[in-house]
Parts: sequence; C-alpha cells; structure tokens
Amino acid sequence: MQQLIRFATDYVGYVLKGGAKFYAWMGSLAVLIACMLYVFYLQNTEGLIVTGMTSQIHDGLYFANLVFLVGVAAGAVTIVFPAYVYHHEGMHKVSVLGEMLAITAVIMVMVFVFAHMGRPDRLWHMIPPWGIYSFSAMLGWDVLVLNGYLILNFICGFYYLWCKYTGNPINKKWFIPLVYVAIVWALSIHTVTAFLISTMPSRPMWHHSMMPIRFICTAFAAGPALIILIFMIIRKNTRFWIDDSAIKLLSTIVTWCLGIAIFLTLSEVVVELYARTEHANGLYYLMFGLHGLTGLVPWFWSAVVLMIGAFILFLTPAVRNDVKRLPIPCAMAFAGIWIEKGMGLIVPGFIPTPIGEVTEYHPTFVEWLMMLGIWAFGFFILTILLKGAIGILLGDIKFGGQAATAK
Amino acid sequence: MGYALNIRKCIGCRRCVHACVAENNQSRGTRPGEKIEWIQVLRMERGMFETEKLDHGYPEGLGIQVGGNAYTPAGQVLEGQFHYNPEAVPEKDATYMPIACMQCEKPPCVKVCPVRTTYREGDGPVVIDYNWCIGCRMCMGACPYWARRINVTTPVLPKAEMNPVTHYLGNRPRMRGVVEKCHWCLQRTRQGRYPACVEVCPVGARKFGNLLDPESEVSKILERKNVFRLKAELNTFPKFFYFYD
Ligand code: SF4
Ligand code: SF4
Repeated sequence: MQQLIRFATDYVGYVLKGGAKFYAWMGSLAVLIACMLYVFYLQNTEGLIVTGMTSQIHDGLYFANLVFLVGVAAGAVTIVFPAYVYHHEGMHKVSVLGEMLAITAVIMVMVFVFAHMGRPDRLWHMIPPWGIYSFSAMLGWDVLVLNGYLILNFICGFYYLWCKYTGNPINKKWFIPLVYVAIVWALSIHTVTAFLISTMPSRPMWHHSMMPIRFICTAFAAGPALIILIFMIIRKNTRFWIDDSAIKLLSTIVTWCLGIAIFLTLSEVVVELYARTEHANGLYYLMFGLHGLTGLVPWFWSAVVLMIGAFILFLTPAVRNDVKRLPIPCAMAFAGIWIEKGMGLIVPGFIPTPIGEVTEYHPTFVEWLMMLGIWAFGFFILTILLKGAIGILLGDIKFGGQAATAK
Repeated sequence: MGYALNIRKCIGCRRCVHACVAENNQSRGTRPGEKIEWIQVLRMERGMFETEKLDHGYPEGLGIQVGGNAYTPAGQVLEGQFHYNPEAVPEKDATYMPIACMQCEKPPCVKVCPVRTTYREGDGPVVIDYNWCIGCRMCMGACPYWARRINVTTPVLPKAEMNPVTHYLGNRPRMRGVVEKCHWCLQRTRQGRYPACVEVCPVGARKFGNLLDPESEVSKILERKNVFRLKAELNTFPKFFYFYD
C-alpha cells in the first residue's frame, strides 16, 4: 500500500516537473480545453442548434472523430502484437507506450460521445442497475467493448510500469494471457464500431460487409502513423531512445494497411458507380456532388491525394529508409484517413436522406472548437502518460530512488 | 392499429401536416432545425419520354449507347421536394406521396436504441419515452423512412397554441435534445377518436382503424384493394399501407 502511494506521488512529481517548453505546451493545451468546456456548456444550454447538425444530417464532426479515434485506439495493437507475439526486441521496449496511446484514444472517444449526445446528462440511462442496458443495440456493445479495452490497457500498462518501478519481476502467469486478450479485444472495438453504422439498411452507403475490414485497415495505418510521429518527438525531446527497427516495422505496417485501404476504397467506387443505382447516391455526392451541392467534394479528393501520395512516398526507398523524412508520409496518411473515415464516410451516409432529400452539413465554429479542445485534452493526457511512462522506463522514477528531473 | 392511405386521392394540400403540428405540439420556430413536421408530403414529377430526345444518351458521340436520355424521370424523389410551394393544388405535372412514421412491426429504430426508450406498444404504435431518451440519434439513422426528428433546441411552442390534451408517450411537449416522431395520436386513438390527419384530410385519402377487426375500414381495404408498403424489401413490416382504386 505504501509502495502504491509512493508510486503515485513519485509519478505525479516527475510529471509536474519540466522545462519552459513543457509548460508552454501544456498551457496552450489548457487554453483549448477551457474553450471546449465553454462550447460544451453552450451546447447544453442552447442545444445542438449551435452545431451544424440537423434532423437530416444528425451525425457530424463529433461522430466522425469518434469513429476515427476508436481506430487509433485499436491501432496501438500494432506495437503490442509484434512485441508479445513475435518477440520483437525494439517493440518490446516501447510496447507500454502503445498502451498509453490506447488509453488516451479511448478517453477521447468517450469525450466525443459526450459531445455528440443530445442529452449527455442522461448517459447513466445506459448503465445498469440505474439504467437499462440493451443487448440488441450496437451502441450498447460499443460502449461495453470500449470500456473493457480501457480497463485492459490500464491494467496491462500500469502493471508493467509498476513492476519496473518496484523492480519486482512481472508475473507472467496472468500478465501474458491478459496481453493476448487485449490484442484480440482491440480488433473487437473497431469491428463493433463498424457494425454500428454498417448494420443499417436504411443507409445504403454504409450497408456492406466490407466495413469492418476497411475500418481495421485504415486504423492500422492511421494508428501506427501517429505512433511514428510521437516516437520521433520522443526521440528528439527526451533521453529515451526508440530503436530504428521499431520505427521500420511500424512504417511497413502503415504502408501495407494503407495499400489495402486504398484498394478497398477503389473496389467500392467501381462496384457502386458501375451500376450507379440510387444506393450509390451517397458516394456520388461525396465524389462529384449531387444536385449542385458539392460540399464534400474537396474533402474527398484531398483525402485521395493524401492517401495515395503517402503510399507512394512510403514505397520510395529514399523516404522509407530515411527516418528523418518518414514523418512526412506519416502525417499525410494520418490526415488522409482522418478525412476518409470521418467526414468522408459519416456525412455522405445521410445524403440523400432515406426519402431523397439532399441537404448539406457544414460544421460550425462551435463544432471545430469543441473538436480542437477534445484533441487538446487528448494530447494533454497523452503527454502526462507518456512522460511518466518514459520516466519509469529510463529508471528516473524508481522505488526508493531519488526523483530525478526530466528534461 | 393500422393505417391506409389512398395515393390516388391525395391532392398535396398538406392540411395533414399543419393539423399534425397543431395537435402534437410540434416545435414551430424559424431558425433552421427549429421547425419540426412529422408528416412530409413528397411531390413527385410526372415524367415522360420525348421524341426529340430519342437518340440522346451517354456516352455522347461514340456511336454506342449504354444508356438513353429520352425521358424525364418520373416519380423520382428529388432534392427538397417536400418544400414545394404551389399556388394551387393539385398541380398538373405532379403526384403526391405523404409519408410519416410507418409504425413498423419490426422497427429497426427500436433495435438500435441503447436505452430501450423507444419501443413498440402492445396495440401497435412505436413510442418514445422522452424523459429517458439520451439523444444519441441512432434510431434516426436506422429508420428507413426518415420519420424521426431531433429537438436541436428547446421546442418553440407558444402557450396559447399548445394542445392541452396530451399523452405521456405521445404529444406532451418535448424537451431539448430528445427525439420525437409520429405516434398515431395516442391521445386521440386510445379514446376511440381518429388521428388528427385522418380527420382533417379534405379528400378522405386517409383511413385508420383496427387491423384485428375484420369489419374495420382498414381491414376491408387490405382485403379488397391493391395495397403496397414502402421499402417492403427491408422487412420492417410497416402498418402504414398505401393503396389506390
Ligand atoms: S417508420 Fe421509422 S421510426 Fe417509425 S417504426 Fe419504422 S423505423 Fe421506427
Ligand atoms: S435518440 Fe433516444 S430514442 Fe433514439 S436511439 Fe437514442 S436514446 Fe433511443
């Protein structure tokens, strides 16, 4: 018990100390978070009218980010899987960082859920024994698997750190099976999220069985792309060294998941546009516009350019083998998938409506601010979690040791 | 309960829409999203084929045609067609198709609700407990008939215009952030009265009654007329039937 308290105080003490750069970063994030809280207040006094959502297009930016971030959470498994199943040396060293990212992404998803709801004050209606849990609802399952994933990653991540901190050996008897469960669980969270929208025949654009695999491919491209970016930042700003081999492997994973994702998108385009039934209207709106409304066309084509451009760059040896240039295609892939899977998938599902009305959705300033705020919140948590984790991995935080300062 | 609508008779006057708004305390208001109408009357073009266009088609200029363009589309639901504003109804070049909640026997909206706040009542209608709805809008995505509306803000309902005869699962004033839809005027039909839209329809296109009673008007229509349901292929089994004579 005493150890646990020491762990907590050492951890917090270490995280709180930092240079001017650190405080500036956290401070600017805090400003954005404050803005987010304000618009959240606005949204829950005025109502969703302050957003661009309507009865026609009732899921927008929040839902898009939610879907994307579930992917990022699942994407963390691209570190854990090679580390524990293939015993990859470089990955094993950093696998706990992947778990920290997963924790952050799931928390962000939950905040987006709050932002999305018409009545966030009533969310407890979903939680028994006070509320009613519905086994027939995909959203119910989604909440269940997401919470499960959060708990699993929390246990795995912090147990590992705890052992490093105290110097005790890891109890492999239950730790390793739990890691395996978490790996499979990662697939489940994104599959259920895909089912959330693909099980609605009322929305033909989403109603196909390709959705889960497409989600997982894009997730395993966007997730590790973000992780590579984070690793580069860590290498630059801390004494913690991440092996090239880990980054190499991650970039290979990104490349091929991105390739498959592009292939799946092209297949969809051919299948839908060859026959060009009314069910293809959503996709048509996305690609070319419908009845003169073209709000999403630039989004779609920029996503295409970003994704294909990133893919080509990843295949170019001069970029692939140069760790300095790698962040460019990573950022491109990340942005491209964010568009493709977010705005480019959620919004056209509602256009036209089931009775044929074509309307457009433009996110309002409130929505953008809320989104920025939630991302800032995510980075806030991520910084804390990663800093603490790295401190422990470096041995700066140790039971009985002097708390050293980080750079 | 069951509903049947004669689409041959409908003249597109939208009196049902306005009667429904008044009866069911729907939000009026002028800001976008504030005005809620459960019934939509879709206006359908009468299309045709024209001789001048006989050799039009695509791809143009290649000497082959994989598709012709001799027609103007008939019956297609186009952008904003329930926002039509004619000087007089019926218009010569249009037909009308009213649509609202179908009170599906297998309602997809009920299946996706994570808190079971929307459900099918024993006597047929699918209802919503507004006090329990969390506003997640999954049901709106699942409904194939676009029957549901979200209250994006506190509904605009002037005191003088409120209908004081209410039902808990029906037309009582709603709050911000919850979903609502047609419930076949529970406050009336449970008292043996007709829904407001049936009562107001000037041409008698709307019929309402007990599907279990072989002598009721709806049962007779099902027995004798040509009847169809919208999007029957989705297996939602609507209890709202269209017919023509
Ligand atoms: S028409 Fe839509 S809202 Fe009405 S019962 Fe069917 S699915 Fe539910
Ligand atoms: S919006 Fe309300 S009624 Fe619809 S699924 Fe969510 S909780 Fe259920």
